[in-house]
Amino acid sequence: MAIKLPIYLDYHATTPVDPRVVDAMLPFFTEHFGNAASRNHPFGWAAEEAVDTARKQIADLIGANAKEIVFTSGATESDNLAIKGVAEMYREKGNHIITAVTEHKAVIDTCKRLEKDGYRVTYLPVQKDGLINLDELRNAITPKTILITIMAANNEIGVIQPLAAIGAIAKEKGVLFHTDGVQMVGKVPFNVNELKVDLVSMTAHKIYGPKGIGALYVRRRNPRVLLAPLIDGGGHERGMRSGTLNVPGIVGFGKAAELCRLEMASDTDRLLKLRDRLNDRLHKSLDEIYINGSMEHRLPHNLNISFAYVEGESLLMGINDVAVSSGSACTSASLEPSYVLKALGAGDDLAHSSIRFGLGRWTTEEEVDYVADKLAQVVTRLREMSPLYELAKEGVDLSTMQWQVN
Amino acid sequence: MAYSNKVIDHYENPRNVGSLPKEDPNVGTGLVGAPECGDVMKLQVKVNPTTGVIDDAKFKTFGCGSAIASSSLATEWLKGKTVDEALAIKNTDIVTELSLPPVKIHCSVLAEDAIKAAISDYKKKQGTAAKNVDTHAQPTA
Repeated sequence: MAIKLPIYLDYHATTPVDPRVVDAMLPFFTEHFGNAASRNHPFGWAAEEAVDTARKQIADLIGANAKEIVFTSGATESDNLAIKGVAEMYREKGNHIITAVTEHKAVIDTCKRLEKDGYRVTYLPVQKDGLINLDELRNAITPKTILITIMAANNEIGVIQPLAAIGAIAKEKGVLFHTDGVQMVGKVPFNVNELKVDLVSMTAHKIYGPKGIGALYVRRRNPRVLLAPLIDGGGHERGMRSGTLNVPGIVGFGKAAELCRLEMASDTDRLLKLRDRLNDRLHKSLDEIYINGSMEHRLPHNLNISFAYVEGESLLMGINDVAVSSGSACTSASLEPSYVLKALGAGDDLAHSSIRFGLGRWTTEEEVDYVADKLAQVVTRLREMSPLYELAKEGVDLSTMQWQVN
Repeated sequence: MAYSNKVIDHYENPRNVGSLPKEDPNVGTGLVGAPECGDVMKLQVKVNPTTGVIDDAKFKTFGCGSAIASSSLATEWLKGKTVDEALAIKNTDIVTELSLPPVKIHCSVLAEDAIKAAISDYKKKQGTAAKNVDTHAQPTA
């Protein structure tokens, strides 16, 4: 079968909507267009019933109760609602929040905003494998700590944090635990009670659902979590998120969650084989390539590799029929390389040389082979024109060299 | 981000990739940038000692497509120029020729730095070479 170009291997950024999800959504644009808050006619009832079904489908995916799902516009809003909502509601109890340096900007920047408002935030470092140190977490907790927010799986390196252990510590200390579950929920098993997590941010578009719809799991028992709303209005979603519900989006999110739950085992098995195939093939044809982050505690569909002596953006230029991301500064507006890779302590040069691969539901063996072979070819070509590669081959230790920085 | 056709052409068909012998007194080598900044350029010129004209120029670059294109273009321009003419090449000339966007201007600055560093190395070598000749002419022992 001929390969269709360009190849999409950026499933951590977003995913295409599964056609089965689109089919489920379509009637809710035209036929069942009612407002779920219209309590006194069949149009409203049909919408409300569909929302209830979706709420259950999403709750089932994470082992929660349907009443614990609050719909939002996406995970950025969910992160904001969880963190700011707890901060305001529990202000009298304390003003200290614990997070990690490798969190998504939706969490980091929300915490930074709270710091301006007088809250204190601890940003835990990560170890070389990308995981936080549990002793450091334990030591960071004070009587003023009201929230621990640590992401489930990282969006760049796919590393899965020790959630159950974090949840146990939080529970023991009586601190609420929020996790940004965007990359993990729907991909690998995730149960709010087993992990003892109190708040979970989710979004549909990372699990083959539509963009513009997300959710926040808010625990109702042991403990009952209260949140101050960000948006005031009609008191929808138990008063935590006012605004008319995006019914077609919610229906799509629900269907996407159901498909992920039913197909998780087979998807994981298939993706793990493809990811390892990509990794093996790259390692067979290239030397001095380094995996960023733990391979053991990692999403099955993620691979993040640094190709030493080659700069990431020039690599992307060479594989312009493949959609992937790089941690290189040149691919960002800030001219700063990935803060996640820098936090691993591997050195900025390796951050500049990194490529993130995200495999997904429609990735094929042929695509993986094509990408691996093309990359090997481009890396080899670029190394031949890399002064760093030449110096390394001459036996120069690049880390001890004096560079002329202007 | 869209690249200009000239950047793509230099990236796909870089001119004058390679290395000249570093020890040759007529070869000047410039190595600028740093790996942690994401750009390192090595640029070399070989000068004809009698005419003062650059006979050959080579580069190797670790960096984005625009950095590769800037150094490739620089080597093209250097060949056939005298040392003084080479020093007159400005980063803005490179920006114009390659239609570099504002975020890529640092690539052209680095290329200008590489040219200056290579020529300064050549001049230093010539100075040292001249001194060496002097030493030989007036043996102290």
